[in-house]
Amino acid sequence: MDFGYSLSKSSTMKIENLENSKFKALAKLEPDATKCIGCGCCTASCSAGVFADMSLRQILLSLQRDCQDKYLPMLQNCMLCGKCMLVCPRGINTRHLILSICKIYGIEQ
Amino acid sequence: MIKEGKVKIWSDYQKEIPDDHWFYVRSCIRQNFFPAAEVTFLKILREELGKDIYETPRHTTCGGIAYHLECIPQETQMTIIARQFALMTEAGYENYTCSCVTSFGLYSETLETWHEMPEVEAKIRENLWKSCRMEFKVPKYLAHTSDLFYKFRNDISAKAKYRLVNKETGEPLKVVEHIGCHYAKMFPSKGVGGAEYPYVLAGMAESWGGNIIDYPERRHCCGYGFRQYHVKANRGYSLSNSYKKFESMEPYHPDMIITNCPGCHYFMDRWQYVIAEQTRKTYGQNGYGIPVFTYEEVAGLTLGYNPWDLGLQTHQVAVEPLLDKIGIEYNASEKYLGTGGKLICTPEFPMSIKCC
Repeated sequence: MDFGYSLSKSSTMKIENLENSKFKALAKLEPDATKCIGCGCCTASCSAGVFADMSLRQILLSLQRDCQDKYLPMLQNCMLCGKCMLVCPRGINTRHLILSICKIYGIEQ
Repeated sequence: MIKEGKVKIWSDYQKEIPDDHWFYVRSCIRQNFFPAAEVTFLKILREELGKDIYETPRHTTCGGIAYHLECIPQETQMTIIARQFALMTEAGYENYTCSCVTSFGLYSETLETWHEMPEVEAKIRENLWKSCRMEFKVPKYLAHTSDLFYKFRNDISAKAKYRLVNKETGEPLKVVEHIGCHYAKMFPSKGVGGAEYPYVLAGMAESWGGNIIDYPERRHCCGYGFRQYHVKANRGYSLSNSYKKFESMEPYHPDMIITNCPGCHYFMDRWQYVIAEQTRKTYGQNGYGIPVFTYEEVAGLTLGYNPWDLGLQTHQVAVEPLLDKIGIEYNASEKYLGTGGKLICTPEFPMSIKCC
């Protein structure tokens, strides 16, 4: 029956069931991956983000939660300008991190 | 959390509840959805317990729905509340009790605002005088009506004809208690037992023979939330919240749900039908769903009142399987008879959830 609204899928996730071996490999190669606090400064300053979807914060979160399929294509919009690196309060080498994510997750830059 | 931990929390959050002489105000939506609950509350207090409880037809909404939907400002809402207090003052009462959890939260918020900012109270007094020529005293005690039943739970238990026990096995019924968010989440000290593990309904259920289920989403909102349900675009979110709770409680096989909030009661009852229609999923035993009750209805049942006088025919989820389980006597043919024995109407049965 159509009520004009429907159930949303639960966003509950069991951390112990997540398949995150790739993220572990990334963290080993790039320890900065676990330093992100998700403040969004990188997204706010992103040149590509003005014209296309590009949010490093969302990408990192999706990698940790094993739901990256929707977000990884965003990386193809990155121009590697490095502006995000200048504003990151955690001093993360974001450009290098992005290249490492592409390498481990098989994204063509 | 282990029981000892809860007992410690409950001992930290006890409130003073006077024994008698209350000014009573009803809930807006509850009067329409489950009118017999409030009638039963008054009947039990007056006739069973011999208490003095006064109500006046001049009282109005507290303004809660409009306030939480941001249709009226706080000043307007506080002036409406000041008028209710003026009615109480006129009637010569000092103890104020309300049937609605939203109202209870709003009264607590208003009194706290006036306590912190006396200049706001002065402004509201001026507003009330200008608009209604009325004056008021701040209530000495404020309680939700479930607080009163909590206080008198053992007195009700002593008069009970039935217990919340499976008559076949002798086992206590498994009860889910659901407290409205505005009861204690905003002001934990105003609720019996605090915000994390309120004791108000748990105390009643235990006193009347049931066993409380402690399930993961016990403190989760029922999903009503004014801007969730009343805005149609958000209605799916409202439904999803209830769904999350039902999924969480399902493995514990609850026999019944008791609530103390008009919205929670309504949505936990009605959403079971919507979930069943949309997903074919039903909770509870044999496809009937989990029956949802107000604490007054449960008190009425234990005292042996006729289930149809308690308005249980207005529930979406059928209550008969639970009545049979407890052993409560009822006449199925009288279910839809109105006053004077005249048949009101027989509702259409849903497709996916079983009804009696």
